Amino acid sequence: MSEIKAEWPLYEVFVRGKRGLNHVHVGSLHAADDQMALRHARDVYTRRNEGVSIWVVRSTDITASSPDEKDPMFAPSGDKVYRHPTFYDIPDNVPHM
Amino acid sequence: MTDIHTHAEDAHDNAYAGLLVNDAHWAFGTSFEDPLAGVDTTIPEGVDGAALAAYCLMLGDDALVLSQRLTEWCSRAPDLEEDIALANIALDLLGQARLLLARAAAADPAVVPALDAASPVPDEDRLAFFRDDMGFRNVRLAEIPNGDFAQTIARILLFSTWRLALFERLRSSRDGVLAAVAAKGVKEMAYHRDFAGRWFVTLARGTEESRRRLVDGLDAIWPLWSECFETHDVERAVAGAGVGVDPADVNADVEAVLGQVLATASIERPERGALAGVQGRKGRDGRHTEALSPMLAEMQVIARAHPEGLW
Repeated sequence: MSEIKAEWPLYEVFVRGKRGLNHVHVGSLHAADDQMALRHARDVYTRRNEGVSIWVVRSTDITASSPDEKDPMFAPSGDKVYRHPTFYDIPDNVPHM
Repeated sequence: MTDIHTHAEDAHDNAYAGLLVNDAHWAFGTSFEDPLAGVDTTIPEGVDGAALAAYCLMLGDDALVLSQRLTEWCSRAPDLEEDIALANIALDLLGQARLLLARAAAADPAVVPALDAASPVPDEDRLAFFRDDMGFRNVRLAEIPNGDFAQTIARILLFSTWRLALFERLRSSRDGVLAAVAAKGVKEMAYHRDFAGRWFVTLARGTEESRRRLVDGLDAIWPLWSECFETHDVERAVAGAGVGVDPADVNADVEAVLGQVLATASIERPERGALAGVQGRKGRDGRHTEALSPMLAEMQVIARAHPEGLW
């Protein structure tokens, strides 16, 4: 028998609500494997009829930007107002804008 | 402003269907369903109300009693996720019990314990909280103490496999309410069985200790298994009338499913005889193990202290 770890690995949970187009990060949980993580996510995060689809991913598999890089990563876009399409007249019959 | 509620039938499948709905409180579930919406609640012709009520009490008490047992895991499960999973299963069963006990009361008001005329306690609550142990008609498998987590998993596996098979047939009951309860319950029981089956295999193939506990747990509950397939007179009557299911009829199906799980887990069926009844009378006759009464005492104490309480 291989080594037994005391702690289950951490998973991040993403749920798509019936009113939502995209999966939204809702929290994290522990599980022994992917399938158990999916079922735990169902039990923990969709109890109140929130979801119609679940993604789970091992937290260690996520590559995240570092807070140290915040300025070089994001500050340069702070003053580029011309990148927003706000200088056009949008016809009334175009939805979701 | 025009009302732009477009509540499409396919909202579950179509990601775009919800876009135009203007109350998108995503964090809170919406559109909860009433399982009895549109269901004909009249007693089908030729069906004995007393027999239907007794049958509803049997199915309702199975769910109520196991729900209470699973509730005892609250805050005590091995981890937070399993704690919530067990509570979810308990709540599913409680929901089934509520509908079934209410149906029993509607089919035969004589089964409902009498309270003061001013009491606002609804019929299903009277049945749950104001009957003594000998009035309960659940199989004894539902009532014995939980044991450890492995034994709890073994019980959920047996119970959900059995009840799922019953409900799959009960969906075509001539009684509209029983058919609706079964249709709702099939989805719930399928998840319970999946949950328990996965854990059963996980524990069986886990460590020496987890396997030992699972084998011991299955062994402990096995003497109560055969009772689930014994046909009571009430079950024979309602099955004959096309409103109920004879549990003997699902025996082969249930054992086939269980056989698959046991084979995957490499666990043998325990060699233990059935737990005898009292002069042949068992759970369905209101003759229970000594474990039921203390469990009911805890479950019922608050309701009985406030017989006119509104919850």
